[in-house]
Amino acid sequence: MTYAIQRTTVPVIVDEEKCIAQKGCTVCVDVCPLDLLAIDMLKGKAYMKYDECWYCMPCEKDCPTGAVHVDIPYLLR
Amino acid sequence: MNIPEPLIMETDILVVGGGTAGPMAAVKAKEKNPKLRVMLLEKANVKRSGAISMGMDGLNNAVIPGHATPEQYTKEITIANDGIVNQKTVYAYASNSYKTIQELDRWGVKFEKDETGDYAMRKVHHLGTYVLPMPEGHHMKKILYRQLKRTRVDVVNRVIGTRIITDKQGRAAGLMGFDCRTGQFTVIRARAVILCCGAAGRIGLPSSGYLFGTYENPTNAGDGYAMAYHAGAELANLECFQINPLIKDYNGPACAYVTGPFGGYTANSHGERFIECDYWSGQMMWEFYNELQSGKGPVFLKLDHLAEETISNIEVILHTNERPSRGRFHDGRGTNYRQKMIEMHISEIGFCSGHSASGVWVNEKAETTVPGLYAAGDMASVPHNYMLGAFTYGWFAGENAAQYCADTAAGEVDEAQIAAERARVMAPLNRSNGIPPSQLEYKLRRMVNDYLQPPKVTRKMELGLERFAEIGEDIRHMTAADPHELMRAMEVQHIHDCANMAAHASLFRTESRWGLYHYRADFPERNDEEWFTHCHLRKSAAGAMESIKRPVEPYILPLDDEEKTAYQRLRVVKEAVNV
Repeated sequence: MTYAIQRTTVPVIVDEEKCIAQKGCTVCVDVCPLDLLAIDMLKGKAYMKYDECWYCMPCEKDCPTGAVHVDIPYLLR
Repeated sequence: MNIPEPLIMETDILVVGGGTAGPMAAVKAKEKNPKLRVMLLEKANVKRSGAISMGMDGLNNAVIPGHATPEQYTKEITIANDGIVNQKTVYAYASNSYKTIQELDRWGVKFEKDETGDYAMRKVHHLGTYVLPMPEGHHMKKILYRQLKRTRVDVVNRVIGTRIITDKQGRAAGLMGFDCRTGQFTVIRARAVILCCGAAGRIGLPSSGYLFGTYENPTNAGDGYAMAYHAGAELANLECFQINPLIKDYNGPACAYVTGPFGGYTANSHGERFIECDYWSGQMMWEFYNELQSGKGPVFLKLDHLAEETISNIEVILHTNERPSRGRFHDGRGTNYRQKMIEMHISEIGFCSGHSASGVWVNEKAETTVPGLYAAGDMASVPHNYMLGAFTYGWFAGENAAQYCADTAAGEVDEAQIAAERARVMAPLNRSNGIPPSQLEYKLRRMVNDYLQPPKVTRKMELGLERFAEIGEDIRHMTAADPHELMRAMEVQHIHDCANMAAHASLFRTESRWGLYHYRADFPERNDEEWFTHCHLRKSAAGAMESIKRPVEPYILPLDDEEKTAYQRLRVVKEAVNV
């Protein structure tokens, strides 16, 4: 069986200037009810790994540096 | 991928789900007997999990002395649920509702109070006054977390449950599941299990087509319903679906509850009121559906006639609580409450007794039909229970499970069930060729919409069952690329169980009841002679799905004839105009 790679825009945007994941912060990853965020180990920054978002906003509200922004997913906008 | 060896843990009381009912159950079990080991298992993180991850804007069913009585509330819910109610369970909630509010108040939850310090109650229901706003309700999860720390409950995050362990006498004896980050298979032995896994919110597909754009927090995939079913518990009134009136596309509540007391209301395209009461019920949804389908549709939330300060106040409540991204959605659409009505539509179907009556059957002690297995919150069958009912029944479950542990010795477990479950759970990770969970889930939930969304039609539901059976075959070939996908793969199976239960339960009840929730186009009339009864669903000894009738327990609070039909008269009656 072969699989396609389908591109999709994700609703959670991380400002890499502000993100302090390289210092060990994982707050947004910890609080996501659907476990969608991850830390890019090479860059030391958080990012949205899975497009399964409920646009519920704990990641944005709990981020200590204001680096996370939640958009409404494109299909619903 | 390197998956760690299985983890085996042991506790006395295992609470599954750390949203609303779960933390309360864990805290109350621990308070009842601090010597017991109490573990709270959560597939996300208890700091931000469940339906109230961002808090809640109010109590929908507060029974507060001086404003309402437990008797009056029990009667109203009996009527709103077309009579099919175990009144003892509703009355147990109503009698303890105020006690729960006082406890939450002590813990630091801020309720709206008037200048005299009395709770600022609002009338939203058809008959009584039960709504209490919580303008600062966004702190709810933090407050619960503090209580978990205070009482020293063991919290385990990011482990999803897949099956209940039962002992040789058929009693609950723990749970199996896995860590959704490492894939580690996890076995937790316990003497009592309390399921607080929330609604089954991912059965239907939202009309946006976005799998996770559901009304419920989509992590509430029906895990509790599926686990209870496979453990042999009876489920009640599953045909009484949850269907809600929502903001179109955003798919969150329009909150006519919140805006109603300020003068907002549900309107048709002419801006006219067409229902007397915005409280969610099957009858209200029936009128909503009819208006939507008529030439006067679609349906809107109307606020544009209100004063600026009122609208600002509404915005603060609705855009900081429960679903705070709502303001962003309106900004994107250019729908300012001051200028435009907000378009609404009907949600996908789901199970949720918090709003309707579809849940794992429990009595007034939160006991299911399986000894040692308790359930509370949206997944337990007490109708219209909402957040406050989840807290109250969580409280009952915690205390009663603690008592059960004192009275009952641990049973012997057949280890074969653990090996079998490990093989079942891990299979998608070990397959290299097969369908990914997202494709299976999309197809399954699209078929649910095609065949189960009311109006229900017999032949369509039978066809739905055929499609679900085919998808069941495909599930045997599902693959998962990592532990995260494995979590989705297990959820798809829970959704598949729920879809089958929804069709099966709906076919059994050959009448119409609960307005739109169970409107059968080929049996359009209510038939009290044959169907004034609960319908339960369970797994038979042979492993098949079976439905049975269970009589409605004699009312402890009889209704008079005028009350019985109150919710059947929700449509605004137009007075004849003399020309």
